Amino acid sequence: MSWLEPHILSNLVTLGLLVGLVFAARVVRAQRLWREAAVELWHRRRFAILVVGVYLLIGLADSISWTGGVPEDAVGVLPNAPLSILDRAFLDSREASYSAPFADVEFYGGDALRHPGGHPLGTDILGRDVFYLSLKGARVALLIGGLTSLIAIPLALLFGVCAGYFGGRFDDFVFFLISTMASMPSLLLLIALIMVMGRSTFSVCIALAVTGWVGFCRLTRAETLKLRELDYIQAARALGVSEAKIIFRHILPNLAHLIVITFVLMFSGLVLSEAVLSWLGIGVDGSWGQMIDGARDELSRQPVVWWNIAAAGSALFGLILAVNSVGDAVRDVLDPRTARES
Amino acid sequence: MGAYVLRRLGYGVGVVLGVLFLLFLLFFTITAPEDIARKALGDKAPPEAIQTWLENHEYDRPLWPWQDWDENLLFDHYRKMLTFDFGVSDADDSPIIDRIKAGMGPSLSLTVPLLVLGLLISIPLSLLVAFFRETYIDRMGVFLCVLAMSVSTLLYIIGAQFLIGKVLRWYPISGFDASLAMLPRFLALPVLVGLISGVGGDVRFYRTVFLEESNRDFVRTARAKGAGEARIMVFHVLRNAMIPILTRVVLAIPFLFMGALLLEAFFGIPGLGSMTVDAIQSNDFSTMRTMVYIGSLLFVFGQVATDISYGLVDPRVSVE
Repeated sequence: MSWLEPHILSNLVTLGLLVGLVFAARVVRAQRLWREAAVELWHRRRFAILVVGVYLLIGLADSISWTGGVPEDAVGVLPNAPLSILDRAFLDSREASYSAPFADVEFYGGDALRHPGGHPLGTDILGRDVFYLSLKGARVALLIGGLTSLIAIPLALLFGVCAGYFGGRFDDFVFFLISTMASMPSLLLLIALIMVMGRSTFSVCIALAVTGWVGFCRLTRAETLKLRELDYIQAARALGVSEAKIIFRHILPNLAHLIVITFVLMFSGLVLSEAVLSWLGIGVDGSWGQMIDGARDELSRQPVVWWNIAAAGSALFGLILAVNSVGDAVRDVLDPRTARES
Repeated sequence: MGAYVLRRLGYGVGVVLGVLFLLFLLFFTITAPEDIARKALGDKAPPEAIQTWLENHEYDRPLWPWQDWDENLLFDHYRKMLTFDFGVSDADDSPIIDRIKAGMGPSLSLTVPLLVLGLLISIPLSLLVAFFRETYIDRMGVFLCVLAMSVSTLLYIIGAQFLIGKVLRWYPISGFDASLAMLPRFLALPVLVGLISGVGGDVRFYRTVFLEESNRDFVRTARAKGAGEARIMVFHVLRNAMIPILTRVVLAIPFLFMGALLLEAFFGIPGLGSMTVDAIQSNDFSTMRTMVYIGSLLFVFGQVATDISYGLVDPRVSVE
């Protein structure tokens, strides 16, 4: 199964996402309503959108990887391991242990650094460059937010739209399921799910999705119930348009703004939850949460090793702040209820 | 009215039974009891030891009623949970109910001040922000809220422990002492961190509530008859916004018993939150199961109580 190695899969997924992005951009350009919303959004939150873009680019640089082309004397790299663009940029940056930001010598011992350019953010206990690790965290964070949303949103749409549109027994079942899931404390349910499924990136995403889909499902169900009674949908039904066509033509496009709003608002919550999970020891490898968790004891060293937690914390804070601020603007622009106020 | 109360109660019972079924799926079918035994005893445990462990923890029976009607795990699970017979921990065999009783006090001593102080801080703040709506003060306030919400709780905790506990040495970094003289000293830091990490989201929520109320007709009427803006905010907007605020508070009250997971674990408070964290770290499935169940039970209880009290206050609700 050489063609389905993790790095090739990751490349394919990245390619798929890029194609999806281009497709979405074309749709936005083609429709006046979306185009105007996008322009308005750009005017309101230019800086935050650019920041999110930078994070996306870093994540992209870490998602495309291939094997080979590694110099023989590279430290800490297996000769046949697939390396991403980001890995290749930081190939020779390994030290023996800690070094402070911009230091010329090592933390312990005081020998000269191996890496000629120094480390702008220092190195961690294993001598890895903290700047490099922080950049690598971007991909993990985007993966958690993105993959989880890609699981949770379609799931919520499927249940919510079908329940709202068809009603009857299925609606009763979905409503009961939502009430049941919503009554379980979400952090506890999250932990229980990960305990039960084992600890891996994918199971963390599944667990986050299972706890996260409920709210959106309730929203889509209520919205579909409302849409179903509208005149043009009644007319479509009277004309004999098939149910599937009504859902795809008339219901889903009317839910699109909710999907976008939910996606952006959900994203930051997911990344922050992962940080908490990392601290509980059930997070995703290489995330900022794990860097923060690992740096807890470093603050009680003498002298204090502060750069690890500072780097991971600011990287996390920057992404969340940018996404939150874009999310607020997205809601204001797209949601007709709040649009009136501002 | 009677029919309404019965319907709400029936709904609550249904949801609790549903939660128990989901828990059964999670903790008995997805993780089989054998897996739990193996995690408790280690990978190299002989089959006899696992069998004994399963017998001691009453896991040694088939899962479903159609396999064995008299003795199966599904009925056992329902019977035990509904009669609050939580059994013993999977990790160290101590009775779970005793640990819950012991942990409730410390948890409440942290969460009750947190809730009360949180309300006392965030309601006046959000009223102030709503008072200056659509000015720079409002925009600044919302921005600060988003800023405060964007910091991970972990960072708040670690930062406060480092700055206030280690560098300034105002309060102990962590620990707990139930005596009245020492309790405030140990609780000061966790309560402070809890307040800071919660205030952003709370102010934003209450601001939305206040803004919604201040677009109502009665506000316009009050303004027309010449009431001042400050008077309108306090006597008209705040009073009418009490319903959504109370709903949120009433729904939060049951969860006070659950404690605060992160704060308790970081600050060494021996409450239910730390107990849950210990359960995660020691693969203690039965404790985890019990905590999720109690959490849902409290939530459903709070919800049904709110619904019924709404029905009592507002006759329109119970007719629907």
